[in-house]
Amino acid sequence: MEDIGNLTLAAALKGLRAREFSAVELVRELAGAVTRRDDALGAYLFFDTDAIVQQAAASDQARAAGIDKPLLGVPLAVKDIINVMGEPCSCASKQLAGYTALYDATVAGKLRAAGAVFAGRTNMDEFAMGSSTENSAVKLTRNPHDSERVPGGSSGGSAAAVAGGIAVAALGTDTGGSIRQPASFCGCVGVKPSYGRVSRYGVTAFASSLDQVGPLTKTVEDAALLLRELAGFDRHDGTTLQCDVPDYTAFLNEDLKGLRIGLPQEYFIDGSDPEVMSQIKQAIERCAAAGAEIVELSLPHTEYAIAVYYILATAEASANLARFDGVRYGHRTANPETVFDLYAQSRAEGFGTEVKRRIILGTYVLSSGYYDAYYGRALKARTLIRNDFAKAFESCDVLLTPVAPTPAYRIGERTQDPLKMYLGDVFTVPASLAGICGIALPCGKTESGLPVGLQVLGPAFGEERIFKAAAAMERVFKV
Amino acid sequence: MSQTIDVAYVAELARIALSEEERAAFQSQLETIVHYVDKINGLELDDIEPTMHGQVSANFFREDVPCDSLDRDAVLSNAPARTESEFKLPKIVEDA
Amino acid sequence: MSDFLVTIGLETHVHLKTRTKMFCGCKLEFGTEPNTHVCPVCLGYPGALPVMNGEAIRLTVTAGLMLGCEINRFSTFDRKNYFYPDMSKNYQISQQAKPLCLGGGIQIETPQGVKLVRINHIHQEEDAGKIIHYARYSGVDFNRCGTPLMEIVSEPDLSTPDEAMAYLQSLRQILVYAGVSDCNLEEGNMRSDVNVSVRPVGQTELGTRTEIKNMNTFKGIYAALEYEIERQLAVVRKGGVITQETRRWDADIGETQSMRSKENAHDYRYFPEPDLVPVILSEEQIAQWRTALPELPSARRVRMMEGYGIPEYDAGVLADEKQNADFFEACAKISGEGKLVSNWFMTDVMAIMNETGKSITESTLTPESLAELITLVTDGTINGSTAKELLPELFEKGGTPGTMVEERGLAQVSDSGEIDWFIVEVFSANEKSVNDYLAGKKAAAGFLVGQVMKLSKGKADPKLVNSMIARKLAEMN
Repeated sequence: MEDIGNLTLAAALKGLRAREFSAVELVRELAGAVTRRDDALGAYLFFDTDAIVQQAAASDQARAAGIDKPLLGVPLAVKDIINVMGEPCSCASKQLAGYTALYDATVAGKLRAAGAVFAGRTNMDEFAMGSSTENSAVKLTRNPHDSERVPGGSSGGSAAAVAGGIAVAALGTDTGGSIRQPASFCGCVGVKPSYGRVSRYGVTAFASSLDQVGPLTKTVEDAALLLRELAGFDRHDGTTLQCDVPDYTAFLNEDLKGLRIGLPQEYFIDGSDPEVMSQIKQAIERCAAAGAEIVELSLPHTEYAIAVYYILATAEASANLARFDGVRYGHRTANPETVFDLYAQSRAEGFGTEVKRRIILGTYVLSSGYYDAYYGRALKARTLIRNDFAKAFESCDVLLTPVAPTPAYRIGERTQDPLKMYLGDVFTVPASLAGICGIALPCGKTESGLPVGLQVLGPAFGEERIFKAAAAMERVFKV
Repeated sequence: MSQTIDVAYVAELARIALSEEERAAFQSQLETIVHYVDKINGLELDDIEPTMHGQVSANFFREDVPCDSLDRDAVLSNAPARTESEFKLPKIVEDA
Repeated sequence: MSDFLVTIGLETHVHLKTRTKMFCGCKLEFGTEPNTHVCPVCLGYPGALPVMNGEAIRLTVTAGLMLGCEINRFSTFDRKNYFYPDMSKNYQISQQAKPLCLGGGIQIETPQGVKLVRINHIHQEEDAGKIIHYARYSGVDFNRCGTPLMEIVSEPDLSTPDEAMAYLQSLRQILVYAGVSDCNLEEGNMRSDVNVSVRPVGQTELGTRTEIKNMNTFKGIYAALEYEIERQLAVVRKGGVITQETRRWDADIGETQSMRSKENAHDYRYFPEPDLVPVILSEEQIAQWRTALPELPSARRVRMMEGYGIPEYDAGVLADEKQNADFFEACAKISGEGKLVSNWFMTDVMAIMNETGKSITESTLTPESLAELITLVTDGTINGSTAKELLPELFEKGGTPGTMVEERGLAQVSDSGEIDWFIVEVFSANEKSVNDYLAGKKAAAGFLVGQVMKLSKGKADPKLVNSMIARKLAEMN
């Protein structure tokens, strides 16, 4: 087996199928790496080696009996927001400390059926609210490239584990950039599928019309392998679409010749870190040199996206998090005298500051007298943003943008200024609002060695396109 | 549209007990954020249809066929307080 | 009260007759062990998502068509946000912006004639769980949480408690006929929020209204309305002002009481439900459902009158409850004697129903057995009294009348020789009565008939007895 830190999902599958190593050997290597490195990284909230080895042993037995499955024996880290029956699902919150999942999320069921091994639960911003994983109520996760910097968020634990060599691949969720941005900050690959492509059933909801589950991996191929198993219509999720899932791995061997790459000017204005822009520009040049056609265009309503997002997402979240009241599960305050007390105290004790702030903001924008000015208008503005992308895809195949205006920033740098934190989502949020798909992949590093990621966006249910482009770019960037 | 947000009232609607410090901190932070999101008031939106869902679709129905329910003990074991068969709460004085 | 006008509006919540809940596949069953029909969705677990019960939509649209509503071709769901322990998500999925049905109405009989009570709209939503109050704590049962509810909101067109009753009874009848709900009040299938206000004659603007929520029984609504109207009139006549509030009806003391709860002023923060995509109904679909509509009670009355030759009054009584009308028709089809069946049902069967408190579907009497009983009388096998005696047993225990008559030897005695023997016996044992008759006391004949019936253990054919005794007495004269 090659070094576990570099082992891809594809290589793991190959090795397992070729009997080069067993799943038990694989997860023991992984556990060793976790033991050595995770104290410093803080990527995992839970890593039950014995339970993981048990699953691996069962998959080895199955393989010995002649069974093969798309992910048989492959260990996957799971963001602690996706319900896996019998495992914790804390959402990195005190509100759900000690909670045990009573049912499988649909994606967990699909991975189970594909033979995957659930290997550890990763840290995140509490209830997926944040862009740096600093809002975790449990622990701090550090960027594998610089321990004084954030890994990004909210899927920071998953990104740090993959990029830090202590996970083969991982699942995250993306609502406004929470897969793509940590992928960029940590230097790995992250995919936000089109809205409705992957089931949300069993994934604790943050913003219902925006959340999606997606892969964080070392390579584009791994992401394609994993997304193929995750995607599909689900009768438990009324927002999934009846749409066949292509074999995404069939699109990974094309080149960039003739690919029309759109560059939305609003993503390239002054204000971003010059090193980030320089890396992105170099990447664009290499794509052009490889035969891609560069198209300059505009997504005119980009500047409104953060405002729209923080109105819609917090409003939906304020309702989605109302269920955390200490009645049926989760944290309950000691000695409540009235039911009002029970609610208000339990939630005050259980939720962290950012979560409280967003719930109150979301409640405010929905409240009587303010709905029309904020929520009502934001729904309409969302239409304009969607239309921008639809129009853009008439003149290009994919869009290319930076993922974030900066590389990973220092721990603590933005925690006192919520709005500044929110503004870091400027390049990822619009695609979420439009419901389209996007992939973040590493395209270079800053002088000090911090990863810079670029984002390839495709139209809704056009994942083949972004995989095609990203796989080709990955090859181009490696040269 | 500059605001004074009644944070105490909104927190009550949201059933979150805030300390006075939190209330004061949120007051200024939220007013900053709301001032920022106010920028959407600059948009011309009269003839625009709202986008209410993540994707356009309709008529997602389920057959009226019973499925298995969860085991009661498993469910109640997650509850912070329970009786043999129910979720247990402090005495509620008023009936809605 | 002639110086004031009363305005009443009703919001009626009806449980739909589906097998499963509105947004999940948990079974609907009344009276089961607490928290045994629950799942992540109706318990509001993290990550759970609602999925619409298509049958519930069909039933709500059916109700709308029966009530003359316009069906919204494009309909959406909204979240209604408020915290309460019987709410598993602390928001209720409901419809506010674009409900399924708009307009419509119900005609009711008033002393002033027929009145149309308009419906504002009908929308779909889900029910909450149940809170049970104990001495020192409260418990929550989520079996009911997620039950499909249809809410029918009337316009404030009702003016008296009697009109409110007429509206509710009509509504209930139509919904039961439509097969949309059992409207079983004891099971809480049909609950109403009652809104009432008063205003001086001549004022067009409605007065401040109060709301009495969650009324389960029609009697309770009637009593609550009577009380609340008087209360409001008393306040207003003294020059006082009505507070807009929710009040609770206390049946024990017979008063409505103000609810001091903070829940009074609700800011529901409605917004479109992102987890449920819109319902788009095609013309074909609505037309198909329209052709499958069951009869309205009024149409059924007419059809029964024409089909079975019964008068309007009978049709009205029989059609009042669909189960009774169904029974009547089935029986009349077999028997061929519509009027007879109607008489028997209205007089005798319904009397037993009242005594036992059982409905016709709860009894063991079948259309076949009643038809057989009636035929046994009309063909003279048994007399009317015997039949009336058999009926309670058929109602409560079942059985076949023909077999019962045979086994117990209940057949009518129609042989004139046998009857003559009875008459001779009775005449000789009651010489005084015979003489009384011959002396002019005509009523004595009835006594003699009675004695013959008694002696024959009720089996003698009363017509024959009457005529034979009359002849014998005439001969003796």
